[in-house]
Formats: sequence, structure tokens, C-alpha cells
Amino acid sequence: MSGKKVLFGLFDDEHVLLDAVKGVRAEGFKITEVMTPFPVHGLDEAMGLRMTKLHSAGFLFGATGTLTALGFITWISTVNYPINYGGKPYFSLPAWIPITFELTVLFAAVGMTLTYLYLNRLAPGIKHRILDERITSHMFAMSFEIDADTSDARKAEIRKALEANGAVEIHEQDLD
Amino acid sequence: MFVSPIREPLIQGHKTYAQMSDDIIGPVEAKPTKTWMLAVTCTALLAITGFVMIGLTITYGIGLWGLNKTIGWAWDITNFVWWIGIGHAGTLISAILLIFRQKWRTGVNRSAEAMTIFAVMCAGLFPLIHMGRIWLAFFIFPYPNTRGPVWSNFNSPLLWDVFAISTYFTVSLLFWYVGLIPDLATVRDRAKTAFRKKIYNVFSFGWTGTAKQWQRFESLSLVLAGLSTPLVLSVHTIVSFDFATSVIPGWHTTIFPPYFVAGAIFSGFAMVLTLMLVVRKIFHLEDYITLSHIESMNKIIILTGSIVGVAYITELFTAWYSQNQYEQYAFINRSMGPYAWSYWGMMTCNVISPQLFWFRKLRRSVVFTFFMSIVINIGMWFERFVIIVTSLHRDYIVSSWSYYTPTYVEVFIYLGTIGFFMTLFLIFAKVAPVIALAEVKSILKSAGDQYIGEHAAHAHHTEDAGHGHYETLIKPQ
Repeated sequence: MSGKKVLFGLFDDEHVLLDAVKGVRAEGFKITEVMTPFPVHGLDEAMGLRMTKLHSAGFLFGATGTLTALGFITWISTVNYPINYGGKPYFSLPAWIPITFELTVLFAAVGMTLTYLYLNRLAPGIKHRILDERITSHMFAMSFEIDADTSDARKAEIRKALEANGAVEIHEQDLD
Repeated sequence: MFVSPIREPLIQGHKTYAQMSDDIIGPVEAKPTKTWMLAVTCTALLAITGFVMIGLTITYGIGLWGLNKTIGWAWDITNFVWWIGIGHAGTLISAILLIFRQKWRTGVNRSAEAMTIFAVMCAGLFPLIHMGRIWLAFFIFPYPNTRGPVWSNFNSPLLWDVFAISTYFTVSLLFWYVGLIPDLATVRDRAKTAFRKKIYNVFSFGWTGTAKQWQRFESLSLVLAGLSTPLVLSVHTIVSFDFATSVIPGWHTTIFPPYFVAGAIFSGFAMVLTLMLVVRKIFHLEDYITLSHIESMNKIIILTGSIVGVAYITELFTAWYSQNQYEQYAFINRSMGPYAWSYWGMMTCNVISPQLFWFRKLRRSVVFTFFMSIVINIGMWFERFVIIVTSLHRDYIVSSWSYYTPTYVEVFIYLGTIGFFMTLFLIFAKVAPVIALAEVKSILKSAGDQYIGEHAAHAHHTEDAGHGHYETLIKPQ
């Protein structure tokens, strides 16, 4: 029992939420997490989140695919078991473009999706804490981590900031 | 953001986010209706019949089919190309239209992607059973073996096809499922029973919807769309290479790749419309799949249908202009030979009938669109049949000329795949949201009828467009 708790406000509109994120941050509070039922544009900027590097991972996976395909086909057709197909050169690069392209796409897509699932901690059967069941449907949540030692005055401050910025409900939950 | 006054609302009925969840997830939560049960029973029976016929084919060999020495490809490959083509609309809607920022795609992309996956599954069956000895199907993949090792021929379009189709299937599946995860989480959080919650928690991978998750989600969607766009063009291009790289008159043409891709999108949109018009009616989703959505799809049908029409005429011109007697004969034989009925069937369904969509009234008529979607799918099936069978049935030596008719086994395998496809789609529509809920919610403020259009209840700012974000800027007053 570490006594970890979460204090969160619920909003019913993404514009109110977006302004609230900016407002609460300007007042000097540190937001732990914001949860929304759909992607809200500009939210990551408002929260000051870094841009994800996921697409760079995608590029690396794609490049791996290209090299795998080209390297493997070249090795097979020129070194391991060269076969003369219709008098064409053993190394016939143009004919290998389609497979190279397909493997590039395959590696990039599969690799990136697995990375995405890993980073987002998503897997079949994993259970994450659900603060409120309406968050995946029509409510927007802004949460603050607190613990048993957090003073009532501090909690009241956060509540006040949430309320002033348009939260329609405010709740507290134990994390253990 | 400025919304042009001619943009029609894409979401009708002054919806709130909560109502949208109710409308779209409601059908998933409701008990299966009698109509649904009856429909699934019928399609499943059809699918089983098809699988029995496939079983017979595998047991006794493809001698059960109407193929002969001259005509080695017929219904099997026709069906393969037809199903693959149908799949293309799903990827076009989810990938290419995402890159073009077409908001109307959000209403139909989920079902269209599901359709793609099921269609590719049906397509993949045909080359496998066409091999005759399906238990040796793994020969098509390059794997280390004790025969040399002799690997597959990397210069062959047939091998390219193996890679193209399997990549296409995998990437479409990933794209579809990644989009489905947040919506399945919504189903989970609305679930009333513990069992239901458990099941949907497994399938929603424990999604919670944090800002960072959404940020990565958007990044992944965009990159997958960017990858799928050339991929979808490559798949049918490679399918057309199966024909174009051979030396059969009627197949050996450089026009095939773009012509096949346009035809694929044409038939795919027809199939999307067939399915969506039924789904829209049964699940009462008229507020989300509006006449404006239907009209947009019909416009794509006119475009791709016209490209296909121009391609048919170009083929005829090229045959005449080439002054190659075999090429010329192939086309004279197509239009006036023993298979002229299929050629003119194709011409009527694919070239003449979509031109009726130039009339706005017809583009916005649900009944007419449904009728046309069936006509186009018949026409596109004829197209593949014409290309394959009429080019093969009279080859260079008159003594080997032949005529092909399918046997009942082939007919039922084809009908069986339609049953299989429909069964999968019906099950999908019952267990998962048929509309991409999170994506439709994200366009509500810029495409809902309370914000734009003639019934808009809220005036909106157009002057704060310099803000930089494009979907969050129309604020209700």
C-alpha cells in the first residue's frame, strides 16, 4: 500500500478540455494524464508532449525489409543456387523490385505496429485501470497523481483549478 | 477552420458524443435479431456447400472442373481477380482518402476495410485450390530445402503475386485492427456483464485512450496509410503482370496495370455500396451514412468506370493500330466470337451503365445505387472472364480451339465464397462497431449538421483559421 491516489476532473467537450489543459498548466499544475474518447488535435501540443518517434522506427523497419529482400534474393540467385531463367542475367535487379517493395512495406507495417503496441502497453488480455467508464465514450478526463500524504489544501487547489476551467465532475480514486 | 457552404453535413440529427456511442454500439449490444439469424444461416449454408465442393476438388482433382488443355484458367482465376479487385476499395477509402483528408471516409472506412480482409481471404482460396495439390502449397514460399536447395523463381510475376497478396492481407489486417482497438474499448466500457467486459477487454488490448496513446495512434495511422497507398496500387498491378508478361494475344499489353487498378477500385466501390446500403438500413445508420456519402462514392464510380471504358476502347484501337493479326483476331473474336455475349455484357454493365450517375438524382437515389452496385459487380466479373477465357479459348492452332463451360463444382465454389464473405461480414457487423466511432466523433464539430449546413444551430468562427489545427476550431457559441 503505497497510498497512491489519483484526482481527476471530467469534461464534456474537447474545446473546453483543450483550454483547460492550457489554463491548468499556466497556473503551474503538473497534469499526469489526459484521456479522451477520440484523438483531439492540438492536445499533445497543449500538454507539452514530445512528438512521437514512432515513424522513425517505421523507417528503420522498412529499410530492414528492403535490405533483407535484396540481400536474400541476390544471395540465392547469384551465389547459393544460380539458375538461368530464359537467358537473363543471374543478377536481374528490375525483376526483383516488386518483391523488394512488398517486403519493405511488410516489415515497416508489422514492425511499426508491434512497436506501437509495445509503447502503448497494449496486448490481448492486459488490464489497465479505467478511471471512468464514460471516458471511452463521451467524457474527457484530466488526472493528477496524488498520494496519502498530499495535503487537503493542495487537493482543494487542484479541485478549484479543475472547476474554474470547466470540469463537470471531479473524483478521487485509490490506485491500489 | 473555414467550411465551404457547399459542404453537406456528414452527420445528421444533431448528435452528441453519447448519442453517437448509443447509435453505433447499440446494434452490437442488442440480441441478434431473427433477420440476422436467418441471413447468417443462409450464407453459412452456402459457404458450407462451397467448402464441400472445394473438398471434392481436393479429393478428386481439378478434373472436376470444366478446364481443358486449351483453357487452363477460367472461373478459378476469374474469381481470384474479381475478389482481389473488390478488396481494393477498402484500402482506397482508408488509406488514400485519409491522405487526401476526405472526411466522408470516416463513415464507411471500417466496413470497407473489413470487406477488404474478407474479400482477400476469398481471393486467396482460388490460386490455392487451382494448384490441384494444395498440400504442396508451401512450395510457393522460398524456404531452405534438400533439393539443392532450389528456391522459388524471383523473376516470376506469379511469385511476386504471392508476396503482394500476403503483404496486402497482413497490412490491411493490421490497419483495420489498429483502428478497431479504441472502438472495442468503448464496447468494453459500456458492457453490462462481467463476461462481456472480459471478452472485449481481451480484444481491445487494454486501451485507455491517453493523450500519448492517441498521439502514437495518429502517427501509426498516417504511416500505415502512406504505406498502403502504393501497396494497393502495386497489388493489382502485379495481378495484371500475371497476364501482361505472358505472350497471349489479348493479355500481352502494357495498359494492363492502370486498367486493372481502375477496374479494381470501380468494382470495390460497388461492393462497398452493396454492403453499406444494407447495413445502413438494418442498423438504422442513416444519420452517419448519408446521401452525401453515397453520392461521393458514386462519383468515384463514374471516374473509375470511365477510366475502364477508355481502357476497353484503347485496347481495341491498339489491336487495330498494331497491325498484328493475332492481336486483331483476339479482339474481333472477343466482340463477335462465341463469347460475344460476355463481352457485350461487360460493355453494358461497366461502360454504359455507370454513365447514368452523371444525373444527380440517380447518384442520390438509394434504390438505384443499390441496383447499380449489383450491375457493376456482374460487369466486373464478366470483364475478368472475358480477359481470361476469350483470350485462351482460340489459340494459335485451330485444331486446339475449344469452348469452356463451368461444371456445378466450379459454380458452387464461387457461390460458396460469396456465402463465406457474407457470413464473415454479418458476424463482424454483429460483434464490432461497423462505423469507426472514434473517427466519426472527431469530425462531429466540423461535419455535424448542428455546426454546418442549412440547419446549423450554432454560428461558427471562420476567422480564427490561423490557429493551426484543422478539426478543433469550430466552436459552438
